Amino acid sequence: MLIKLTGGTVYDPASGIDGQQQDIYIQDGRIVNKPVEDIQVDREYDLKGKTVMAGAIDMHTHIGGGKVNIARTLMPEGHRADPVARTHSTRSGCGHATPSTFVTGYRYAEMGYTTGFEPAVLPTNARQAHMEMADIPILDKGGYIMLGSDDYLLRMMAAKKDQKAINDYVAWTIHAAKGIGVKVVNAGGISAFKFNQRRLDLDEQNSHYGVTPRAILKTLATAVKELGIAHPLHVHGCNLGVPGNMNTTLDTIQGIGGLPLHLTHIQFHSYGTEGDFKFSSGAAQIAETINKNKNITVDVGQIMFGQTVTASGDSMIQFINHKHASPNKWVTMDIECDAGCGIVPFKYKDQNFVNALQWAIGLETFLLVDDPWRISLTTDHPNGAPFTSYPHLIRLLMDRSFRNEVLSTIHPEAQKMTTLASINREYSLQEIAIMTRAGAARLIGLKDRGGLGSGNWGDVTVYTDNADRQLMFEKPAYVFKDGELVVKDGKIVHTKWGTTHVVKPDFDVSVEKDLRKYFDRFLTMKLDNFKISDDEITEDGRGSLTVHPTKGEAV
Amino acid sequence: MAEITEVPSPFCGIGTDDLTIQVDGVLLKVTKNGCTVNTPAFEQGITDTRPRVDGKEVNLGAAVAKAAALLKAANQPVIGGCATDVSGMRALLALADRIGAVVDNMNFTGARRNFLVLQDSGWINTTLTEVKNRCDLLLVVGVDIEAFAPRFFEHYLWNEASMFLDDTGKREVIYLGQAPSGNASTSPNGKKAQVFECPLSALPEVAAVLRALVKGNPIREALAGGVAVADLQAIADKLKAAKYSVVTWAAGALAYSQAELTVQTLSEMVKDLNSQNTRSSGLTLGGKEGDQTANQVCGWTTGYPARMRFSSGFPEYDPYLNDANFLLDNGEADAFVWVQAFNAGAVPPVTAVPTIVVGRSGMTFEKEPDVFIPVGTPGIDHAGHAYRMDNVVAIRLKKLRDSGLPTTAQVLSAIEQAL
Repeated sequence: MLIKLTGGTVYDPASGIDGQQQDIYIQDGRIVNKPVEDIQVDREYDLKGKTVMAGAIDMHTHIGGGKVNIARTLMPEGHRADPVARTHSTRSGCGHATPSTFVTGYRYAEMGYTTGFEPAVLPTNARQAHMEMADIPILDKGGYIMLGSDDYLLRMMAAKKDQKAINDYVAWTIHAAKGIGVKVVNAGGISAFKFNQRRLDLDEQNSHYGVTPRAILKTLATAVKELGIAHPLHVHGCNLGVPGNMNTTLDTIQGIGGLPLHLTHIQFHSYGTEGDFKFSSGAAQIAETINKNKNITVDVGQIMFGQTVTASGDSMIQFINHKHASPNKWVTMDIECDAGCGIVPFKYKDQNFVNALQWAIGLETFLLVDDPWRISLTTDHPNGAPFTSYPHLIRLLMDRSFRNEVLSTIHPEAQKMTTLASINREYSLQEIAIMTRAGAARLIGLKDRGGLGSGNWGDVTVYTDNADRQLMFEKPAYVFKDGELVVKDGKIVHTKWGTTHVVKPDFDVSVEKDLRKYFDRFLTMKLDNFKISDDEITEDGRGSLTVHPTKGEAV
Repeated sequence: MAEITEVPSPFCGIGTDDLTIQVDGVLLKVTKNGCTVNTPAFEQGITDTRPRVDGKEVNLGAAVAKAAALLKAANQPVIGGCATDVSGMRALLALADRIGAVVDNMNFTGARRNFLVLQDSGWINTTLTEVKNRCDLLLVVGVDIEAFAPRFFEHYLWNEASMFLDDTGKREVIYLGQAPSGNASTSPNGKKAQVFECPLSALPEVAAVLRALVKGNPIREALAGGVAVADLQAIADKLKAAKYSVVTWAAGALAYSQAELTVQTLSEMVKDLNSQNTRSSGLTLGGKEGDQTANQVCGWTTGYPARMRFSSGFPEYDPYLNDANFLLDNGEADAFVWVQAFNAGAVPPVTAVPTIVVGRSGMTFEKEPDVFIPVGTPGIDHAGHAYRMDNVVAIRLKKLRDSGLPTTAQVLSAIEQAL
């Protein structure tokens, strides 16, 4: 099967193509060079005047796992307001803040997204995360394995085990839980909460293990680097949402000693304590520090006004946040001496000073970080806003007058506390393509996604140019997944199953000797029953595993 | 003959995965770590292997075709039971979506007492490994745990080693309402549980007074629901003094009207404790025969727990009106599918509407269903996944024997294909 996409204007930062008119050929799922003359084109799409990009990649979106399903169950009123009917090619479901799995796949694809990564896969809940993601059609997916409050790691650190032993444990866990990266959430804080500590600063000790968040970050960031995992340690920092936490964030960056770190939903970690309300923007200083420290990448976690439900592994902070629950219902869980979670519905209001300033802080961050290769476009779905708000966010970034128009409607004191009105930057299409495609792929280590050069998989999104960028990005003319047309005029026309992206870093198998004893003594599952086998991912015919090489490993 | 070790059980709800099972052809024998719940569930023999239509044996294709024809002719089909593994539930929901069916898990009336609370005010809950390593006080409300899961105490309280407790035998166990039927809750060093009995119907009052005492509100009566307020005060004091108390209940055991309000009182009490500078968590007992599995898969597929309908073309949830028994009794259903792959004793309610049973081999019916298709049991006849009671850990079920029985997923998908 040979497909020709003819005459579109191509934005492919991965190949350095910035708005050039080019034909693209897809053969049997992959993009190929222009074939020799005599091969017949089976299907041609005339894309003259259209904008062509690779399929978009959401590198941080809560789309699968226990906390997402609790969030779904918690909010039937949200689902009632957004029912999704069955069609001849799609399943029924529901949408809004935490859509059902099928609708998650459809709505992402309908916006031109073809890949999403669940950032908080608890090892003990990894089966569920993968089973839920297996029911998300069209998208490729993957997960970052959450460590840092797990008893085994903290126990190893308290016993001053060497880095090599920790690397083996980290790699073993990635294998067992089937991840592509490692995430740490409020390092050590989820564990500390179980010992009744209610806050844990960067240099504060966990009362049981005597280990600090700073030490955990350093240990895990080193493990990720030494194991050759492409995606840097994915860090949800200490003190999320706490006024003044910008200092924690700056300290985290400065203290990591140049190791690669990805600071996620940085907006929630960029708060100062100035002004009448003792809440101010730290975005300028954070952005400046990011600009200077090339080892740092971020995603924003932009908030949008409206109802959502926050679902986080950070049980310590979410327990504090329950005071803001709207509607007033919430869940906190301690999980398996491994992790935790907290689910709190939020209604962000533009006439609430704090919410309005959070909105501005996110946008300031986008606009003040110079290098689009080091910043990803996220709302920390659903925590800042549902992913369906991306087209609106893109318009805010690309259209200064629209941005200032919205700015003029938010809480007046928040307007005074942001420099947003004075920032002239408007994102270009190429910069959007970097943030949502090439940059995200590079950041996770996907070699053949996020680009349109020969050898890439045929994940392609075609937009109809429109000065209103929200309308343009809301409804692509065509979306291809692995070379198959899945969306036409913003509607699903065909579905398929994506692959699951993982890494399998090397480790010393003798790590299982101690682990097996540990499982038998302390845990509630046998070690061999804990490990997820490859066939668990593929046996229902819902996809495949794609193993990405770690650095230093032959492809 | 083969011996399979570390076998996980979908029957007890507590996720025991240390059984040793001897396999001789299709005969199973639990040789290690069995219990009164798991051993008979694993050892039950295969009787039916062939599907039946109108009581006559047919091949699978004919049974599937007949089932599809009955469903095609129906205006409002209802799928009950919903006792199967994750793949079975996936296929069940795909079929239900296609035919516009009501989906109702057989244990939902019990589980509803939890869901109503979760959806109204939420809770702070914990999981079994936390209990095993951290719990220093277990308050058991209205349930005889050892009858529910015989190995609960052995596994999760009287474990030899614990991460954070020096001596697990020093843990305190307090029963409120129901007294235990045996001595499983007595610690290995002989420490007995405290028991404060009261009738089930008094639990709302007892729980409310206990919560009030936790909050420091004065109670002027000497008795609450037959329990001395001084005793409840002592329990409240212990909850406040504990480092990590766990309050547990089984929604199914709270079989009285509006028991969700008792669950809510307990859950809010746990929240109160966490606001008083200590830690406490709830623990909901359940998870037998796929009930958590049904609610989980239905949750991610539709957004709602497993008492919902597709009859409008999209999912709609009503935890009362979509009760399968209610719909059958009211004449609101015109076809009934019963899916129960775990328990041959759990047969469908007798109904006049055309009935299709996709069930564990060995079911005996008061009224022969129009179609009966025996299926394999997840964790015995085929691999699969099931959720443990704490709703976080999904266990990987093993295939133990070659029985040739199809899986629930295969049968339900075949019916969907045949429509």
